[in-house]
Amino acid sequence: MAFFARASPSQAIRRLKDQSQFLNRLLCSCGWQNRSIATAVDDAKASVHSSVESGGKKRINLCSAINDALYIALDSDPRSYVFGEDVGFGGVFRCTTGLADTFGKHRVFNTPLCEQGIVGFGIGLAAMGNRAVAEIQFADYIFPAFDQIVNEAAKFRYRSGNLFNCGGLTIRTPYGAVGHGALYHSQSPEAYFCHVPGLKVVIPRSPTQAKGLLLAAIRDPNPVIFFEPKWLYRLSVEDVPEGDYTLPLSQAEVIREGGDITLVGWGAQLAIMEEACVEASKEGISCELIDLRTLLPWDKEIVEASVNKTGRLLVSHEAPITGGFGAEIAASITERCFLRLESPVARVCGLDTPFPLVFEPFYMPTKNKILDAIKASVNF
Amino acid sequence: MPYHIGARRAVMKSLLQSVRSNVREASTRNKCSWAGLGWPASQNAMERRYSMTSTSFLSARRYLGSQVDHPKRQQQTEAHEKDFLHFPGAKTTFTFSLEYIKEISEDPVPCYRLLNDHGDPIDGAELPEIEQSLGVKMYETMAILQTMDNLYYEAQRQGRISFYVTSIGEEAINVASAAALSSDDLIFPQYREQGVLLWRGFTLKDFASQCFANDEDSGKGRQMPVHYGSKKLNYITVSSTVGTQLPHAVGAAYSLKMAKEEACTVAYFGDGGTSEGDFHAAMNFASVLEVPVLFICRNNGWAISTPASDQYRSDGVVVKGQAYGIRSFRVDGNDTLAMYSCVQAARKMAIEESRPILIEALTYRIGHHTTSDDSSKYRSITEMERWKSLRDPVIRFRKWLEGNAWWDEVAERRLRATARNEVITTMVRAEILKKPPLSDLFKDVYDSVPVHLQEQEAYVRSTVTRHPKDHPSDVPL
Repeated sequence: MAFFARASPSQAIRRLKDQSQFLNRLLCSCGWQNRSIATAVDDAKASVHSSVESGGKKRINLCSAINDALYIALDSDPRSYVFGEDVGFGGVFRCTTGLADTFGKHRVFNTPLCEQGIVGFGIGLAAMGNRAVAEIQFADYIFPAFDQIVNEAAKFRYRSGNLFNCGGLTIRTPYGAVGHGALYHSQSPEAYFCHVPGLKVVIPRSPTQAKGLLLAAIRDPNPVIFFEPKWLYRLSVEDVPEGDYTLPLSQAEVIREGGDITLVGWGAQLAIMEEACVEASKEGISCELIDLRTLLPWDKEIVEASVNKTGRLLVSHEAPITGGFGAEIAASITERCFLRLESPVARVCGLDTPFPLVFEPFYMPTKNKILDAIKASVNF
Repeated sequence: MPYHIGARRAVMKSLLQSVRSNVREASTRNKCSWAGLGWPASQNAMERRYSMTSTSFLSARRYLGSQVDHPKRQQQTEAHEKDFLHFPGAKTTFTFSLEYIKEISEDPVPCYRLLNDHGDPIDGAELPEIEQSLGVKMYETMAILQTMDNLYYEAQRQGRISFYVTSIGEEAINVASAAALSSDDLIFPQYREQGVLLWRGFTLKDFASQCFANDEDSGKGRQMPVHYGSKKLNYITVSSTVGTQLPHAVGAAYSLKMAKEEACTVAYFGDGGTSEGDFHAAMNFASVLEVPVLFICRNNGWAISTPASDQYRSDGVVVKGQAYGIRSFRVDGNDTLAMYSCVQAARKMAIEESRPILIEALTYRIGHHTTSDDSSKYRSITEMERWKSLRDPVIRFRKWLEGNAWWDEVAERRLRATARNEVITTMVRAEILKKPPLSDLFKDVYDSVPVHLQEQEAYVRSTVTRHPKDHPSDVPL
């Protein structure tokens, strides 16, 4: 059962040719277009068959792609470490499965249940020149570590005049709605961290992206928070290049070209936005969809260029609308493209309520909310 | 319900089921030996990595099997169980009387000291072996520290620098601990440990450059005075936040352990800092991960205006170590020899046994918290004077040196005059130097200056050009 439109092979090839000569971009685009979303029942099968190889690529889910990236990070640098709550046995989402067995319990290990300790420990480890990959079990639980992230990790280099840095630190954490996570297993807290100079904030949309961006985050000489869309851990399956590769940080990507309106999103929300784009195209509206990929520092130029082409912008995220990162994008693009805009920048986001269990379908920035906003913008 | 929501629920349900079964497996695995429960030998690493959903390799049945396989062990276990109760969280004996652990021991933990208040060795005390040159250097460093603190305090009062923190009363903790460490040991300071830096060779010019935030400040003029740091001297840059450096020291110590280096990390903090979550996080992590770190608490009795009695109800800080499984010392922080001896022993244990050590150094903050504080508002002048005149660590150590005929009034006058002169000279020079250039505002936020900061730099420069009078003239553009 696929609820993402699959492009026909010829369409896909044409799109690939059109899009970019850069390999990275090509790979991402290919992955997105060919991606079929398995059902929950298919999920186990996908995972079991994840080692099936197909010409330098392997069909794996996002969880396995993360595992793959961590394996490569640990394998390629003996001074890299992976740790966090329950990480030793593979993590509650199984992203670190097998790593402790392969690399030993000194490099892949459990920590006490204490987020400020995990991040603080990671900062110290990174300050010694190691690559410290810390896992916070759910993004909802990152807040005890907020001081360590904001006042320590982000300012470590600046406050020392570059005598010291903790650039080897990467904090991985699963975020976002899953259907029944309610208040404390659903949040998208990316905006808090986008307000902090010194941090990088990265969110992948697919297995190929997750692997390449996570390896880039781990090797980036700055502290990075890497939010993983947990909805897609098993659901998103695609052919992921084997071996070691990275995707550039702070570079957004046009994943669907169009001329009437620009849509900007990141992570799991892009899947919903893609659906809306497909629906809109049936009504003759051509949408350009951009995956921001890195939220801090973000790629204004690519969004600006797109809005200068389309004249309209819609931003969508699961986090509450007020103070969300969509507001930052809206303000920046209004500054840069004011005379080109043909309608107000639209934001289709989460509501300004805590994340509500039974009301989640009302809370969410759904396909039809986005579709309505696209039409309103085009008909403004 | 929109389609994707239903799909998400289904997926999450299966995910959570998988998580639950995995957690069950893990708890099962924890109860039994690792041996024989690993991956099948024939399975290669690649297969292992992608066999995430396979659950056959670990099961409750297997756990039971390992018990049955070892009848001898089973018998031993039964015998033990007459005396011990095995819980996953503790192995303990039982009692049928309802007992509790007292909140505080009737006998407080004694404080290790070698010199009495008059600088005389306590009868029967075994003094550390300290050569004359080392003893004199320690004293000189303490005296220079005291001189520097007094002059910078005055400079702040005159409005020449914005802020200052003295370590008056805590010179022995600073210098004796530094002397007992190796220069390879990495320091994670709070902000009242400038004596450690002085001992390691941070020059009076270095101190002045930082406090006056001039273009010779290695911190590039970004932080308030006293936020020193030195890569060369293994002294991590000071942050104003309290206690945040403690988990860092643990992470860095883990790195030293992995690299098998003969060094430890040393985290300094005050009694107030022990109430912070980071203190508890760091202690627990250090204990569990078995890392060579010294936690040195300068318990001076005051966290700004908050007395220790409003800070904790335990027998000081030293008893908190045992709760985390950490070996702990309580030492008289105003006794230079005791402090030296204690840190030397603690360092040896930490490195040789790869374990954390907690040291509670009892002392008194003779100075104000900072120059922004007037402590006479919340504590009596008599109390402050009593500590200054009777328990001053510098005078105490000087008396011991004089008792050894290693120091005299002539040397004292010469040292104080030289120190005073040098501090003033470096201060005057530092004051007139230029500030760091404007470009330093934008550097080091990241390893390189990203596009948005380049744009902001251009914006600031154009603003300065239009409104030069709004901006300080001593910052080079």
